[in-house]
Amino acid sequence: MDHHKLGAPIIVIKGVEKRFGETVVLREIDMVVHRGETVCIIGPSGSGKSTLLRCINALAPINKGSILVDGVEVNDPKLDKLAVRRKVGIVFQQYNLFPHKTALQNVMMAPVTVLKQDPREVEARARALLKRVRLEDKAGSYPGELSGGQQQRVAIARSLAMNPLVILFDEVTAALDPETKKEVLVTIRELAADGMTCILVTHEMAFAREIADTVYFTDGGVIVESGPPSQIFQAPQNPRTRAFLDLVL
Amino acid sequence: MTIVEAFKHLNDAYGINLSIVYDPFDRERFVHGFLMTLLLSIVSMALSIVIGLVGAWLLGGRSRLLKGATTGFVEAFRNTPPLIQLLFFFFAVSPFLPGAVNSAGQVTPLIGGVGWAIISLSLYAGALNVEIFRSGLEAVPSATREAAESLGYTRLQAFRHVVFPLAFRISLSALNNNMVNLIKTTTLAYAIGVPELLYASAAIWSESLNVREMMLVMLATYLLLIAGYTGIMNRVERALRMPGTDV
Repeated sequence: MDHHKLGAPIIVIKGVEKRFGETVVLREIDMVVHRGETVCIIGPSGSGKSTLLRCINALAPINKGSILVDGVEVNDPKLDKLAVRRKVGIVFQQYNLFPHKTALQNVMMAPVTVLKQDPREVEARARALLKRVRLEDKAGSYPGELSGGQQQRVAIARSLAMNPLVILFDEVTAALDPETKKEVLVTIRELAADGMTCILVTHEMAFAREIADTVYFTDGGVIVESGPPSQIFQAPQNPRTRAFLDLVL
Repeated sequence: MTIVEAFKHLNDAYGINLSIVYDPFDRERFVHGFLMTLLLSIVSMALSIVIGLVGAWLLGGRSRLLKGATTGFVEAFRNTPPLIQLLFFFFAVSPFLPGAVNSAGQVTPLIGGVGWAIISLSLYAGALNVEIFRSGLEAVPSATREAAESLGYTRLQAFRHVVFPLAFRISLSALNNNMVNLIKTTTLAYAIGVPELLYASAAIWSESLNVREMMLVMLATYLLLIAGYTGIMNRVERALRMPGTDV
């Protein structure tokens, strides 16, 4: 792990349990994410990876434990969910752009509506963000007119426009073909290199290995093993990790 | 020969009696009838859309009581004849309301025929609009609302800026059908003596004895009225189109 580039802990997860009815999806989850860290969560489908991201963003309430986001307890019945969501951005597998708005408007909407920022100032920033994801020429296009990879990059720009402390990526390349996948991965790589704190749930093992500071392997709702990618991918300690990697690599 | 003379000649020579063109009294009755139809249509449309929105909002809310009441309202107004609804309001509900006293000291109904026609038509079309907007709201993927909420939108903000604009677009063609139907249904107000287009036309043909001509004029007028509405809504639909989607 590149400890030198990591800052203070920004997300501290302790003893988190999440149930859907009788089914336990997450149990005894502990995780600490530092400022500037890139965390990748890998594991078989249904192991609770995406649910964990949704819990961090207060989209799904937890049943037990504690999630601190920049000092704010997410598992607090009196929680101002908006306060957490302004700190934590999330990018979804299916992009979920607003289809009635152009790419530029998609990026501008939340800062203008939620943060009440000056539209002119937001527009300048939104155009810069679209340029950053290499879509400055698509500002006036509607999501329906963009490819999956382009839509996903607009979604990343939309998330960045809120100036979050952390961005969660929920299998963001899973719905993309290999070529467009690459465009999105390049964008995420640049973000991580710029020091943005990123948590990725991903099935892209090569990519996780390349950009992660820390890799978590989850299976059956628990964290089986975590460590730097060199450990997880080259010398996994747990037989379940080894079995999973044998299957996917 | 002026237009008026031409139409008089048409009547004298060929027996085609378009009195609304050459006879000022018939013309005025017809124009007033048309304006009344326009008034009934526009006001009832606006109110029925408000009723539809409120009903759809209540159906998506948490209160069981309000949900049940809304469902009851929708079923009652959707599954009974609108003419009977109108007669019910005018003859069964109106007499129970306190009257108003006019300047001459006479007691008059608080709500007249025009008022009851608007109330009745709005509730009838509104009940259908509740269903139209509800299915529109249900067609908005929950992931889209979640995306808005994950960006820090409150529920209300997400509704206003994301869910509703999408649901409205999805609802638009069904809404247009219902509104066209509402325009046609305004003729029921004839039954309680509201001087709308049908009522005015009936008055004209029973005096000028030109039933066939007035029937054709009426049909043509409704065709044009609805063509006007459809033309406007086509422009709205074009303006709201989302490129790259079917909506």
